[in-house]
Amino acid sequence: MTKAYNALFESALEHHEVLDSKLKINVGMAICGEAAGSFEVMEAIRHEVIAQGLDAVVSEVGCLGLCYAEPLVDIQFPGKPRLFYGNVKPENLPSLKQIRVKGKNIPLATLGTPGLPGIPDLYDLPMMIRQVRIALRNVGHIDPTDLHQYIARGGYKALDTALTEMTPDEVIEQVKLSGLRGRGGAAFSTGTKWSFLKSSKASEKYILCNAEEGDPGAFNDKGILESDPHTLIEGMLLAGYATGANYGYVFIRHGHDGPIRRTQIAIEQAYKSGLLGKNILGTGFNFDAEMSLVGESYVSGEETALMEAIEGKRAMPRYRPPFPAAFGVWGKPSNINNIKTLAYIPEIISKGGNWFSEIGVGGSSGTAILCLSGNIKRPGMVEVPMGLTMRAVVEELGGGVPTGKVKFLQTGGPLGGVLGANKLGVKLDFKAMSDAGAILGSGGIIVANESVCAVDMTRLLVAFCQYESCGKCFPCRLGTTHLLEILERMCRFESIPSDMDLMQVVGKEMASASLCGHGQLGFNPVQSALDYFGQEFKIHIEEGRCQTGSCDINFITPTRTRR
Amino acid sequence: MPHQIQDLRDHIRKAIESQQSRVITPLSSLLAVDDSIGYIPKEAVEEIAKFTKNTVNDVWGVASFYTNFRFTPPKKHTVEVCWGPSCHVRGAPGVLQALLNYFNLAMEGEVEDKNLTLKFNTCLGACSQAPVISINHKLTGGMDAREALKRVKELIRKHD
Repeated sequence: MTKAYNALFESALEHHEVLDSKLKINVGMAICGEAAGSFEVMEAIRHEVIAQGLDAVVSEVGCLGLCYAEPLVDIQFPGKPRLFYGNVKPENLPSLKQIRVKGKNIPLATLGTPGLPGIPDLYDLPMMIRQVRIALRNVGHIDPTDLHQYIARGGYKALDTALTEMTPDEVIEQVKLSGLRGRGGAAFSTGTKWSFLKSSKASEKYILCNAEEGDPGAFNDKGILESDPHTLIEGMLLAGYATGANYGYVFIRHGHDGPIRRTQIAIEQAYKSGLLGKNILGTGFNFDAEMSLVGESYVSGEETALMEAIEGKRAMPRYRPPFPAAFGVWGKPSNINNIKTLAYIPEIISKGGNWFSEIGVGGSSGTAILCLSGNIKRPGMVEVPMGLTMRAVVEELGGGVPTGKVKFLQTGGPLGGVLGANKLGVKLDFKAMSDAGAILGSGGIIVANESVCAVDMTRLLVAFCQYESCGKCFPCRLGTTHLLEILERMCRFESIPSDMDLMQVVGKEMASASLCGHGQLGFNPVQSALDYFGQEFKIHIEEGRCQTGSCDINFITPTRTRR
Repeated sequence: MPHQIQDLRDHIRKAIESQQSRVITPLSSLLAVDDSIGYIPKEAVEEIAKFTKNTVNDVWGVASFYTNFRFTPPKKHTVEVCWGPSCHVRGAPGVLQALLNYFNLAMEGEVEDKNLTLKFNTCLGACSQAPVISINHKLTGGMDAREALKRVKELIRKHD
C-alpha cells in the first residue's frame, strides 16, 4: 500500500466516524428523484432541520435503483439502523426526531442490525432480493460529491493495489480472466480490447468513457455517474494504467446537469487528492481526465462518431479500418468503454477475474445492469446476475404489469426491437438474447401491456431512428424515412399489401450499406415486430383497423431531420 | 444598435475564451455560447470560426447538426415533452395532444403571445417516472394531460 493511499484511507475513516456520530439524512436526487419531486422534499427537510435545531448531515445521494419509491429519503439516527422512506412528500415528511413505525410514515425498508419488527431489510425487498451489486455497489449509499465516503467503502484500493503490486499486463490478464464483455451494446471482450491499445507503441493514447446514453429507456450510465462517479474514475485510471494511456475523456450529452456536475466535482476532487494528474499516489503514474460534452445527437454514442464529436465536428461515424486502437481521437490510438463496463473494473481488480467469471453464465459473465420502465409496477435500475430469465426480472423484481398482461418488451434501445411475451423465458445472456432476435444493448427494458399497439410502437421506434439518423449514409438517411412513411400509412390505415415487401427491400439495403449500427440495425424494430406481431400488421393493412384502438387517434411525430 | 452588437460579440468572445477544456473546438464553443446566451446568433458562428481557425461554413455545419441549438433568441419559457417509448406507453401522446391543443399548435414550435417554446424531446432521461415533461429545464414525472396542462397554466399565470 502506498503511503499516499494510506493517508487518504485514514482521513476517510476519520470523516466517517464524525458522520456516524450524527443524524444522517440522505435524499435521492438523481434524475428519477428530480422528476418525482425530490428537490421540494430536500428543501422541506433542510427547512425542518433548521427549524428543529437538529445536528444533522443532510446529503444528496444518487439513485438507489428503487425509482418507483422516489422521492426516497434515508434517515439514520446515531447507532441505529438506516430507515428508507418511499414516496415522501414535503407535506408528509418522516419524523426527524425519533424512529416511528406506526402511523402514515412507515419505512419501506431498513438496513443494519438489529432491524425493526415488521419492516423488511433493504436487500429482502422483492426488487432487491435477487440482485448482485458490483458496479452499482455504492449507488444510493454514498454522497457522490464526497470522495471520503467512496474511499471509506474501499474505493481506490484497487487502483492502489494495481499500481504497487501488478504490472499492466497482469491487470489486463485479470480483466481477460473475468470474461467481462462490453456493456454498451457490442459485447466485445474488454480485456482483448485493452490489449489492442496496449500493443500500440504511440506515446499519446486515450481512454474514452462513453456516457452518451441516448437510448430512450436506459438511464444506467447517467445513474452511475450521478450516484457514484468515483467508480468510473477509478475504472478509467485502471484502464489507463493497463493500456499505457495517459488521458481520459468522459463523454456525455450536454444538458444532463446532475451527472455532469457530479462527475466534474469528482474529477476535481481526484486531482486535489493526488488520484489524477502527475505521479498518482506517488507511484510515478500520470493520468489526466476531463469531461467532453456533446449536443443532442443519438449517433454520437457510436465509437467513431464519438471521436468526431470530441474533436468538435458533426457526430458522424468514420470508416473502419483504421480501428480506434490504431487511429482514434485526434488521430491517436484510443480505447472506448461504456461507463458500466468501466464501473466493474475496480471490483474485478480487488477480487480477481476468477471471482467475476463465476457470476453469471458461460460466455456472459458477471451481471446485467438493467433499467425497467414502461407498464411495470416497480420501475427502476437493477443489477442481476447474467442467466436470470426476463420473466424473473419483469415479474419478480419489477412486479409485473399493473393491468392486463405483458404484450412485449422493448429491449436494448430503439434499435433493439421488441421481444414478444412468449419469449419471457429467455435468459439474460448475450447469445440467448440475440438468438431470440433482441439485444441486451444498453440494458433498457421497456414493458408494454396489451393496450399498446405493436404497429404504433414500431412506428414510434422507426420515427426515433429516422429523427436520429446522422445522414452520412443515404441508405440509412432515406431508408429510415421511407420506413417511417410506410408505417405512418399503416397507422392511418392507408397502406397497401405491397408495403410489406417494400419494407423488407428497404430494410435489407439499410443493413448492408450503412457504415454504423444505426443503419445496420435500423430495420430491427420492424423485423422483430413482424416476427412476433405479423398478424397485427396484416389486420391494419387488410381490415383497416387496430385491435387496441390506439391507432385511431391522429398520432404526433416530430418532423425534423438532419440534412 | 451598433453598440448592442458589439456587446453581444464581447459576450460571445468571453464565453468562448473562458472554456476550461484542453482543446477548444467548434462544438465546445457552441455549447459554451449556448450556455451563456441561450442561442447561437450569426455573430457567434463568426467569432467561433475566428477563434478555432475554422471557416464560418464549418462552424455552421456543426451547429446545424445538433438538434439542441437554436438560432433565434430563446423564449422566456421552454416546455419539453418526452416522446420516448417509455413515456409513449404510459400516455405521452395524450400529454402532447393536450399541450398542442392548448397552444393551438400543430407541431412543436413557439407560442409568441405566451413567450414560450414547446419542444419534443427524444428522451429526457427519467424513464422510470414516465411520462415526463420538463418545464424550464426542471423535470416532472408521472404526468397526464390534466396535470401537464395545470402546470403549464400555472407557469404562464405566475409570469404574466
